[in-house]
Amino acid sequence: MTLLLGAWTIGLILALLALGVFISFRIFSFADLTADGSITLGAAVAAALISRGYNPWLATALAVLAGSMAGGLSGVFQTRFNINGLLSGILVATGLYSVNLHVMGRSNIPLLDARTIFSDTRVVMEKATGKVESVNLLGSAVRLADLVNLGVVVALVLVIGGLLHWFFKTSLGTAMRATGDNPRMIRALGVDVGRMITLGLMMSNGLVALSGAMLAQYQGFADVQMGIGMVVLGLASVILGQALVGRTGIGLALCGAIMGSLLFRLMIALALRAGLDPNDLKLITAVFVLLALVLPKAFQLGFRARSVGRA
Amino acid sequence: MATLEVRGLYKTFFPGTPDEVRALRGLDFSIEQGSFVVVIGTNGSGKSTTLNAVAGTFLADAGTITLAGQNITRWPEHRRARFIGRVFQDPLAGTSPTLSIAENFALAAQRGLRRTLGLAVSRRKIEEFREYVRPLGMRLEDRLDNPIGSLSGGQRQALTLLMATFRKPELLLLDEHTAALDPRSAEQVIRLTDDIVRSQKLTTMMVTHSMTHAASLGDRLVMVHQGRLILDVSGAEKRRLRSHDLLEKFEDLRRSDQLDESAARLIRENYV
Repeated sequence: MTLLLGAWTIGLILALLALGVFISFRIFSFADLTADGSITLGAAVAAALISRGYNPWLATALAVLAGSMAGGLSGVFQTRFNINGLLSGILVATGLYSVNLHVMGRSNIPLLDARTIFSDTRVVMEKATGKVESVNLLGSAVRLADLVNLGVVVALVLVIGGLLHWFFKTSLGTAMRATGDNPRMIRALGVDVGRMITLGLMMSNGLVALSGAMLAQYQGFADVQMGIGMVVLGLASVILGQALVGRTGIGLALCGAIMGSLLFRLMIALALRAGLDPNDLKLITAVFVLLALVLPKAFQLGFRARSVGRA
Repeated sequence: MATLEVRGLYKTFFPGTPDEVRALRGLDFSIEQGSFVVVIGTNGSGKSTTLNAVAGTFLADAGTITLAGQNITRWPEHRRARFIGRVFQDPLAGTSPTLSIAENFALAAQRGLRRTLGLAVSRRKIEEFREYVRPLGMRLEDRLDNPIGSLSGGQRQALTLLMATFRKPELLLLDEHTAALDPRSAEQVIRLTDDIVRSQKLTTMMVTHSMTHAASLGDRLVMVHQGRLILDVSGAEKRRLRSHDLLEKFEDLRRSDQLDESAARLIRENYV
């Protein structure tokens, strides 16, 4: 049960990453590699501030701000200087590696006994429940702390998901969706496509940095290497999510990204338990994304061939 | 004062390369408010380039464009959209396929305005859009929630036209907007165009390849050739114009182009 709770908590923290990747990959139809740098940036900013005794809520907010600035930079490279989207992401992510080292001052910051968003909430809950160590959940004893951690990220993901859903229904958000869909049309309707993409990447990388900040606080450390392969992980969640909900409205698509992240984390937890070598995780994630990108096309071709044969 | 004034417009694409195209060579014209101008010309004459220059797809090398009293020569495309409604040749180009019909209309309803954090599609707006598409007779009023990508090219082009004129534009630009449609849809969209332009008294420029439409529609006809206006007919003369007159003009052009070429050859052979 504890394993399950842990997998869900990390799955939901990474759902924030998935929502960020959703904006670049589904709305603008390109993979924004900035995320590999901005998730570490979020973790680095939060950890550096928290370890110096700053309020964890403020530290997390500043982490989001830093991430959105990184995204904005990537957007400006892409739209004002006409650098290819993949390349501008690589440029910013590469530069961020050094920035992150400077922010942290070393390659790893432990946060084991530090005050975090999780520990703050735990204190409040302990006051409310009166120092209960463990609770009975579906017949098995669970540490209250684990339950609180999960509760924090559930609330966070619900709030962020709700905000995104609302945003994409507003005039600005609808214009952003159309920007990815048909830039020529939205330009003819008076929208500055470059500004729209930059704004979207700021939102996207802000979310990714939030994911990094929460991850650092949950696992108790920030590491300069933690961003490697995170874009691919986000893509895996988004693609898995789309397979779950299909091509539907924006609300379901956002739910899909969150569910995809949860499901993917669950699959990994089970695989690790079954004896998978953790060193193979990135390879398996990459192969999964590759298959997810290739298989639907193969299926479609097969289906078409069959339906033609029938007709 | 004319709604649109184009003065001495020049544009060369890919200058200094083997692909150099001198698309506009001193384009000069103005359009009065409420005038419906049909633009014709041979392939590569610069008629679509003329429309794109006004719309701001590119910035001109020289010359000025004044629209609704504003010098828009250096304005980027999205800023000009405040004054200009457009329909493209490609029926897929004017709408956002994964967004619903209502959402597409909501985007068009705010053409050139600031995009806010207000809800894009409210119940009140849905009713407004429903009444707006009902006269089309395509039963789209019951399908406002459907993604526009699920509609046919003709339906999408009709909707694009409605969207371009939802907020009354100072200038409506139609770039061969029926050329990619089947004959029946093309006729339907042309009738819709004539209805809307007349009833709203829209200042309009319409590029067309159809000489029948060129003769029957609009109150003024201009012909572009080699990046310049070479024919400008309006009033009673325009009304008398028939499609075979226009075909004759094209034939004249072809002959004079050939003459230029053979004359050049004659000069080369005899004097060089």
